[in-house]
Amino acid sequence: MSETLDLSLYAKPAGDGTLGMELAIDGIACGACIARVEGAVKRVPGVTEARLNFTNRRLHVAWADGAVKPAEILQALEASGYHGHPFIPLRAEQEEAVEARRLMRCLAVAGFATMNIMLLSVSVWSGNVTDITPETRDFFHWASALIALPAAAYAGRPFFASAWRALRSRAVNMDVPISLGVILALAMSLVETANHAEHAYFDSALMLLFFLLVGRTLDHAMRRKTRAVAGNLAALKADTAHRFMGDELVSVPVAVLKPGDRLLVKPGERVPTDGTVLRGNSDIDESIVTGETARRRIGPGNIVYAGCTNYSGALTLQVTAAGGSSLIDEIEKLLDKASGAKSRTVRLADRAARVYAPVVHLTAALTFIGWLMAGASVHDALITAIAVLIITCPCALALAIPAVQVVASGALFRSGVILNAGDAIERLVGIDTVVFDKTGTLTLPEPRVVNAGLLDSDLLQAAARLALSSRHPLAVALSREAMTRTPFEGAVEHPGQGVCAIVDTTEMRLGSPEFCNVVETHESTASVICFRHGNRTAIIAIAQRLRPDAAEVVRSLRERGLDLCILSGDRAESVAPVAKALGIESWQAGLKPADKIARIEDFKATGCRVAMVGDGLNDAPSLAAAHVSLSPISAADLAQAQADAVFLGERLKPLLDAVTVASRARSLMTENLGLAMIYNAIAVPVAIAGAVTPLIAALAMSGSSLLVTLNALRAGGRRR
Amino acid sequence: MNVLVYLIPMALGLGLIGLFAFLWALRSGQYSDVDGAAQRVLLDDDLKE
Repeated sequence: MSETLDLSLYAKPAGDGTLGMELAIDGIACGACIARVEGAVKRVPGVTEARLNFTNRRLHVAWADGAVKPAEILQALEASGYHGHPFIPLRAEQEEAVEARRLMRCLAVAGFATMNIMLLSVSVWSGNVTDITPETRDFFHWASALIALPAAAYAGRPFFASAWRALRSRAVNMDVPISLGVILALAMSLVETANHAEHAYFDSALMLLFFLLVGRTLDHAMRRKTRAVAGNLAALKADTAHRFMGDELVSVPVAVLKPGDRLLVKPGERVPTDGTVLRGNSDIDESIVTGETARRRIGPGNIVYAGCTNYSGALTLQVTAAGGSSLIDEIEKLLDKASGAKSRTVRLADRAARVYAPVVHLTAALTFIGWLMAGASVHDALITAIAVLIITCPCALALAIPAVQVVASGALFRSGVILNAGDAIERLVGIDTVVFDKTGTLTLPEPRVVNAGLLDSDLLQAAARLALSSRHPLAVALSREAMTRTPFEGAVEHPGQGVCAIVDTTEMRLGSPEFCNVVETHESTASVICFRHGNRTAIIAIAQRLRPDAAEVVRSLRERGLDLCILSGDRAESVAPVAKALGIESWQAGLKPADKIARIEDFKATGCRVAMVGDGLNDAPSLAAAHVSLSPISAADLAQAQADAVFLGERLKPLLDAVTVASRARSLMTENLGLAMIYNAIAVPVAIAGAVTPLIAALAMSGSSLLVTLNALRAGGRRR
Repeated sequence: MNVLVYLIPMALGLGLIGLFAFLWALRSGQYSDVDGAAQRVLLDDDLKE
C-alpha cells in the first residue's frame, strides 16, 4: 500500500536534536528477545538509541530528527517478528513513578536509621542488665537521637502528610494514630534522654516507620505493575484510521482525529471512532455497542459507533463530536446517574481505623488519669500513657490489609485479572448475584465456525487456508481454524463475492453461495460462507460461539451458591440457546441500556449484591451501577473504564479465580485484623501496667508485623 | 570506653556510604527494569556479530 503512516504525534523532541518515542512491544517471550528487538531497531540507519524495558515490555527509541521516519522503525520491528504499538505515557503513570522513587528513598533512609539505632539500642539493653555507665548510656541515646530525628522527619513524611490531610477534612485514617505514635515516641525519648533516663524509644519509632514503608512500597509497586500492563494493553488495542488529506489517504492514530475529519473504513476493519456515513453502503456488526448479533444495513446519513466491524463495503465517514449521537448521549446520562448514586463502600482498613483510633486515644487518656489517681507523679503517668500509645501504634493493623491486598492482586494478575479499582477485592466478596451480558462476555468477542464437527476436516482446513487471503470478516473468522499461517499462492479476491485459487490444478472457491455455485440449505441465524474444491463442497456456518470454558465456570459459580442471570441487548432467539446451553434459567433479551440498569436496581432493591460482567457500550451504565463489575479485555473503551477489573484471554476462568481469590483474601484480612487485635489484647495491659521497656516494644512490634505479613502470603494460594 | 568516640561515627559513616550508594543506584534508574537486568547479563552484546 502506498498509504503513509503518520506517527508524528508520538515523537517527542529530547532537546539534543533527537526525537524519542515509546513503544509497547507485543510478542516478547524471553530474555533473548531483548537483543533481537534492540538489534532490529538499532540496525535502522538514523536510530541513535533503543532500550527495551523487559519488566514492562516497553521500548524507548531515539533517532536523529529527520534521519528516519517512525513508521520505518515499526516496519523493522515487524520484520523481526515483533509488533510495536506507539503510545504516550499517561500522566498518572509518570506521577506514580515519581511517587515510587520517593517511597523507596524513604524506605532506604528508614532502614539505614533503624539498623544503626538498633546497633546502639542492643548495646544499651545488654548494658542495662550488666554494667553500662550512665555516661555511656547517655552518649548512646544522644547518638540515637541524632540519627532518629532527621531520619523520621524525612521517612515519616508520607504518613504525616496523609494524616494531616485526613485531619484537615475532619476524618481519621490509620495514619493519624501512626503519626501520633511516632511523634510522641520521639518527643518522649528526647525528654527522657535529657533527664538521663534508662529507656528511650527511638528504635521503636524508626522500626515502625520501616515496617510500614515496606508495606506501602510493595502495595505501590503492585499497583504500578498493573497499571503498566493496562497501559500496554490499551496501546495494543489502539487503532489507526485512514484519514483523507485532500484526496490522499494517510494512516493516523485514532488519538489525533478531530470532529469533521473524513475517514475511509475498508471492509473487514473496525470503525475507529463515532461518525456519520457520508458515502457508501455496508453491513456492520454492532454487537460491541448493542449486543445485537444480527448485522445492520447502513448507508449515507446513518451514524456508526467506534468498535463496530464493517462487513461488506467501503465507507466514508465524517467524525462527529463526542456525544453527538442519541445513543451515546443516553448512555452518558445513565452513567452520570449511576455513578452518582453508587454508594461508596467504606474500605475495611478505614473502618478499622475509625474504630481503632478513638479506642487507643481513650485508653491512653484513661491510663494517664488512672496512674495520677493511683498517686503517681505527672511525669510517670505521662510516660506510661505515651508507652500505651507507642505499643498500640497500629503497625500490624496498618500492614494487615495492604499485605493481603498485594499478595491477592499478584495472584489475580497471574491468572489474568487486572484490577482497576483498589477496593475491587473487598467488593467482590459477599456478592450473591452475577449478571452476565451475552455477546462478547459469555460468547467470544469474534464470531467462529460453529459447525466444524459436521465437516470433513481436510475440507475445512483447505477452506480456512484459503480464507487467509481475504479480509472479509467471515473469512477472517474461518481463518482462525487454519493450522497453517501460509496462504495459498496466487489466491485472487473478488470483492463482495469471495476468493479463488488454483490448487492441485483444481479451482478452489470460497465465498457467497452464488460465487461457489452451492445451494444454501443451512437453516439457522448463523452467517454462511461456502467452499468448493472441484466437486466437493462445504457450507460453513459462522456465528457467535460460547467461550470454551463458559459452561464449566457457570456451573462452578452456581455451586458456590451464586444466582446467575443473563441480561442481553440481543434478540430472544439468540439469547435462549445460550441460556439453555449454560443452564441459566433467568434471562432477558432485547434490553436497552436503561432497562439493564433498571433490572440491576431491582436486584439491589431486594438486597442482592450484584456483580456485573459485560463488555458492550450498552453495558457501561450497568457496570457502573453494579456492586462490582468486570469486563473482558475486548470490551468497548467506555465499558472498560467503568469496570472494577478487566480479565484477559478467551476463557471465563479468570472470573472464577477472581471470586475465589477475593473470598480467600477477605477471610485473611479479617484473620489478620484478629491477629493484630490479639497482639493488642496482650500488649496493652502490659503497657498500662507500666512494664513496657523498649526491648519489649521492639519485640512485640516486629513480631506482630512479621506474623501478619507471613499470614498474608497465604492469599496467593498454592502455586501451580 | 573512649574507643566508642570514633568507633560509632565510623559505623555510622559506613552505613551512610551504603545509603548513598543505594540512593545513587535508585536515581540512575537501576531499579526501573529489574527483570531485564537479570536477563541482560546473559546476552553477548559485547561481541561483534
